[in-house]
Amino acid sequence: KRKREPAPVHFALNNAAVLIQRWYRRYVARLEMRRRCTWRIFQSIEYACEQDQIKLHNFFSYLMDHFTPSSSKERDFISRMFVSGESFKEAELEKYCDYESMEVPDSYTGPHLSFPLLPDHATTLLEAFKRKQQLHARYVLNLLHETRKHLKQLPNISHVSTCYSEEVTVCGDLHGQLDDLFLIFYKNGLPSPSKSYVFNGDFVDRGKQSLEILIVLFTFLLVYPNEVHLNRGNHEDHMVNLRYGFSVHGRKILKMIQNVFCWLPLATLIDQKVLIIHGGISDTTDLDMLEKIQRHKFISVLRGKKRKESNRNVEIQEIIGESKADASAAEHDAASSPSPQPQPAQAPSMTNRLEFSKWVRQMVQEQIERCRQLVDSESEEEELTYSSFVSMTDLNAPCWTRQEEWKQILDILWSDPMPQEGCRENTVRGGGCYFGPDVTKKILEKYSLQFLIRSHECKQEGYEFCHSRKVLTIFSASNYYEIGSNRGAYVKLGPDLVPHFVQYQANKTAHTLTMTQRISRVEESAFRALREKLFAHTSALISAFKAYDKDGTGRITLSNWATAVESVLRLGLPWRMLRPQLAHSMADGMLEYKSWLEDLAMEQQSQEHIQSGLLEVIYRNRSNLETIFRIIDRDHSGLISFEEFHQTWKLFSSHMNIELTDDGINDLVRSIDFNKDGNIDFNEFLEAFQETEFNSDCQKASNWVPSLES
Amino acid sequence: TGKENDNEYTFHESFFCFSLFLFADRVVAEIEKKVIEAFEVFDHECNKTVDVREIGSVVRSLGCYPTEAELQELLAEVEEEEPTGYIHLEKFLPVMTRVLLERSYQPIPEDVLLHAFEALDENKCGYLTKEELVKYMTEEGEPFTQEEMEDMLSAALEPETNTVCYKDYITLMIVDDV
Repeated sequence: KRKREPAPVHFALNNAAVLIQRWYRRYVARLEMRRRCTWRIFQSIEYACEQDQIKLHNFFSYLMDHFTPSSSKERDFISRMFVSGESFKEAELEKYCDYESMEVPDSYTGPHLSFPLLPDHATTLLEAFKRKQQLHARYVLNLLHETRKHLKQLPNISHVSTCYSEEVTVCGDLHGQLDDLFLIFYKNGLPSPSKSYVFNGDFVDRGKQSLEILIVLFTFLLVYPNEVHLNRGNHEDHMVNLRYGFSVHGRKILKMIQNVFCWLPLATLIDQKVLIIHGGISDTTDLDMLEKIQRHKFISVLRGKKRKESNRNVEIQEIIGESKADASAAEHDAASSPSPQPQPAQAPSMTNRLEFSKWVRQMVQEQIERCRQLVDSESEEEELTYSSFVSMTDLNAPCWTRQEEWKQILDILWSDPMPQEGCRENTVRGGGCYFGPDVTKKILEKYSLQFLIRSHECKQEGYEFCHSRKVLTIFSASNYYEIGSNRGAYVKLGPDLVPHFVQYQANKTAHTLTMTQRISRVEESAFRALREKLFAHTSALISAFKAYDKDGTGRITLSNWATAVESVLRLGLPWRMLRPQLAHSMADGMLEYKSWLEDLAMEQQSQEHIQSGLLEVIYRNRSNLETIFRIIDRDHSGLISFEEFHQTWKLFSSHMNIELTDDGINDLVRSIDFNKDGNIDFNEFLEAFQETEFNSDCQKASNWVPSLES
Repeated sequence: TGKENDNEYTFHESFFCFSLFLFADRVVAEIEKKVIEAFEVFDHECNKTVDVREIGSVVRSLGCYPTEAELQELLAEVEEEEPTGYIHLEKFLPVMTRVLLERSYQPIPEDVLLHAFEALDENKCGYLTKEELVKYMTEEGEPFTQEEMEDMLSAALEPETNTVCYKDYITLMIVDDV
């Protein structure tokens, strides 16, 4: 099929041009493919993380529901995990989170707030944060109290009209990225009587300045209550914060924040025509119900979603890391009847780790049996348990169940649009649903709306339409995955309700890079994250590879490699496309998997004396570990006692179904510098494992000078 | 004895053909998996279709270097009888698999690429001026769009001299293109 080039000069020129163009177009296509793959990598890892969070939560729920402590010490230990979820009565809250007794020392050079707040306070605050100053805890608490008081008066659905202010500006996820908020205010102007803003949730988590963002938003909310509107996002949720790292700054502040989040409105309506919610909708979304429910009862919306029996079984087995063999062995040992009945839980002492973990497994297994029987017999109703984080004092809802109310909120905060018609469970996130264009049409018609604005999903250009421009996603955290990964955007609506977009990127350097360089850097970051994930599953990968290598040659085909990796990681990624950047094949097209995994391990290992098996476990479960640690550190001081540390590990190992020897734990402890007073600064501990990432980030940072676009 | 030999030969022959078939089947299966993977990356609606304007990207990211004309020929094979603007996987898969098996649209080796640039460099000075490159790329061969031209210039052009040292440019691109 290849043409023979004829001799004349012009033809030669022409063919040279064709050749170059041909080559260049192939290059660009490849670049586009790499960009899309990179995006898929980041997104699938992010959503897998959210799923993990739900699994962990489910595990603790079971533990909490079915663990009968045999001593006050045990009771104390486990109940600590969930006490922080309770909602407080007004008086209790005032007393508990009292700030008036807190003195602001003379040495404090940060901004001072007095109430009621004035516009000057807001601008002073912005200037202070730009100078990297912090707000004193007293003022933070005071602000939170006042915010809560204000939010309590607001309805579940805020109403905004474009006749009072010329335009409304809607912003999406900020995720603790204060620079983006600064950029928005710089480009668009501060909130004012002539400038309305709607912030559509996910103000916190992942970025480093979550508290600052809250302070700024709440301040403007109080200064301009008619012009600033906040919607709750799925990250304005206690359990999610624990996971993603927002639980710092002391117990009082955290407690107050929990009690402010639950009072955030759920939605905003512009001119009764445009509905703004954080996640999305479902086919059962009912705005009338949403307007009437007591939204503050739902401190945390996160809880396990009921699935079909087979899925649930698998999920539960994953949580306790139990293989089928173990389960049947345990049942056998327990000498229980074919259908085990719930026995009074006699918890062994937690100091005998082996006994305890065996007991935990047994308990959970028994629960599975019970649930299986329950599932067979009934409807969609899920039983409420202690761990549902809903205040039980006030059970009376008008004419619908707590269950239905909870689903309404969950759908609003967690759902994602999908291209196909219908409405199905959002199994990727673990909460909410996927809704199709028909659902959008139905809900828009039902309430005479023109279109929806939502956030919740990172978009390359900062915004994206779908469902024939009936659903707009707006995302305001630029460079979300990595510098250069995406732009942020905000949208302005005038009385004609025609959207106008402004895009930005809060890092000047991103603009000076060529397309290739930008894609390469983001790609590098994505692959690093992916290799880390691969390493974390080393043991499972080896088993999977060995299944294809019965002769023990240490080699497998590339095809089998791709299949095996997907079966272990289950990220739904195009592994054959990604393979060249992950693993080298030999000349005969085979892959030496053992040396490949060793190479991965070498890249990850930052400390030599820790057993690599332990390191792998830690890596795989680093986020889980952080969550568990934060729960254990009740006063959020960053310190846990040595004893608590050991107990945490024991609990952790029973959860992860791995045997951690006391020696292994001691080695770990010794390799990190602990002061000798029996307290562990676990932030340092976790830092130690972030070192490799941290170091390379530092190197990259030194090459760039981050600054705001100006 | 001749008869026996005939039978043995037939047996070996058919055994050989059968093994070839099995082997070929595995190879084809693997190629199909690759094609499906690449296709799905551009299947935004998750319904086994790709916008016709993006099919070129799919074909090229599978390692092929077709000209625009060759791509059009390919499209003609995979489009619906009444073109809908979308290409369906079930039509694309067998055609693309055949393309990969036949190794059509071979990659361009570095030295051939260099010769192509040299052919445009009339004065043999080792570089092209911005004007020269733009003229050739937008007027000759299968002309670039303005966007394509700007993209190429952003990476290839040395702003101080307004020239493209094509040898360096090729090296840069080859390295980047993992």
